[in-house]
Amino acid sequence: MAETHSLQDMRQQAAVAAKVFIQRDYSNGTMCQFQTKFPSELETKIDKQQFEETIRTLNNLYAEAEKLGSQSLIEGCLACLTAYTVFLCMETHYEKVLKKIAKYIQEQNDKIYAPRGLLLTDPIERGLRVIEITIYEDRSFSR
Amino acid sequence: MSAVMITRKVRKWEKLPGKNTFCCDGRVMMARQKGIFYLTLFLIIGTCSLFFVFECPYLAVHLSPAIPVFAVLLFLFVIAMLLRTSFSDPGVLPRALPEEANFIEMEIEAANGNVPSGQRPPPRIRNVQINNQIVKLKYCYTCKIFRPPRASHCSICDNCVDRFDHHCPWVGNCVGKRNYRYFYLFTLTLSLLTIYIFAFNIVHVVMRSVDHGFLNTLKETPGTYPLNMNTFLLVCFFTLWSMVGLTGFHTYLISLNQTTNEDIKGSWSGKNRGQNPYSHKNIIKNCCEVLCGPTYPSVTFFSLFLTSFSASFPQKTTAPLIPNEHTPDDVKPSIAAEKSSGPKDDQPPAAMLPPLASPETDAETSIAKNQ
Repeated sequence: MAETHSLQDMRQQAAVAAKVFIQRDYSNGTMCQFQTKFPSELETKIDKQQFEETIRTLNNLYAEAEKLGSQSLIEGCLACLTAYTVFLCMETHYEKVLKKIAKYIQEQNDKIYAPRGLLLTDPIERGLRVIEITIYEDRSFSR
Repeated sequence: MSAVMITRKVRKWEKLPGKNTFCCDGRVMMARQKGIFYLTLFLIIGTCSLFFVFECPYLAVHLSPAIPVFAVLLFLFVIAMLLRTSFSDPGVLPRALPEEANFIEMEIEAANGNVPSGQRPPPRIRNVQINNQIVKLKYCYTCKIFRPPRASHCSICDNCVDRFDHHCPWVGNCVGKRNYRYFYLFTLTLSLLTIYIFAFNIVHVVMRSVDHGFLNTLKETPGTYPLNMNTFLLVCFFTLWSMVGLTGFHTYLISLNQTTNEDIKGSWSGKNRGQNPYSHKNIIKNCCEVLCGPTYPSVTFFSLFLTSFSASFPQKTTAPLIPNEHTPDDVKPSIAAEKSSGPKDDQPPAAMLPPLASPETDAETSIAKNQ
């Protein structure tokens, strides 16, 4: 936690060099998946494997959230029977996974991306359209 | 030159583009024109009240008390579905922020190459392949994004809506990905309720006629009886046919996993029939996906939450602050950085609650005005 705040303090002095936007991958339909193609702007900043691993994990998490399994069916039927009032006291499966995703992104930012002057933005803040990666100018990061 | 600080409470949703109205601390999101929605409410509540007041006592006594009880349950379910459809975010896609819009513009220009002056640039279309079918993604000039498949821009609400079905004035909102199942359940249960009321109306008249004769039935009961009887039957009759028709139509669409928008445009009919890439080619699976699929989160809700941080300039200094449009670029990442870890550390439950729960409301904005 303290680590994050000190990174943010450093970042307040850093300028944004560029932003890269990872687009959605619609080849399997309208499910939320992102393209794993490695953008050229990140070539000098981060390992390709690392990046693909992050995106792949995110894709798996979103697939888990949107899975049409027995759990979502039961949740749907139960909710329907109670006229969806059950969602006033219960979190939906999707929301639980979104929390997991938020935690994962923060963890990735703290461990991998921030030390390299990058910042991943949670796609939910961009309407699940893009993963925004902010590239900061390499200034006085103490490495 | 003295600077005057004016503190003004800015409601978060005032910052959101689009023509939606928000109520109840941002919990309720509707279109601007709500007149027909109030009419729908009035018709449903009015007709059902008449039924409960005039018909149910007789039916409860002479037939069974279960009849009014079931009617009440059905009525409550209809109202719940109507309110849920009307008040929830249909799946509005937030507009692209300037950096994203610029990024997309640069990509488009790179793809188009050099267009000779005087010639129109080619239309902004992206082709994607979904399940062996080429789908064209159109660019939305208002929202500055390439619309995801099945999304469409609603001109009434001035938003791009994901899995856009249609804009329904009767519910005062768009029908899209997030509220389609509530809309369908509303039409279905309203049809059932109308059939139920209509049927028991007839039963009531028949039973009274058997006891007292038909003409006497119309005379003997309280003076208003013929009036409300005719109103009943008329409203029920027209509602019944339109609702049953609409429910049938949407059942057909669900079984094929199509939206009203696609059906009207003929995207997957005629020569394209059988090529719908979104359909599972199995009626049960299609119905399950649409009706029992995952409950998608409202990304507008997250925008509302986000706006409170980007609009309220986090540096609480006494120096005159610059309004939002002129916030220098190097301040913005700090806001984004703070924001991206802020709510997740401090208020994860609040950030993840469904839109019907209340997020924080007002943001204080200090605006410096130079005299």
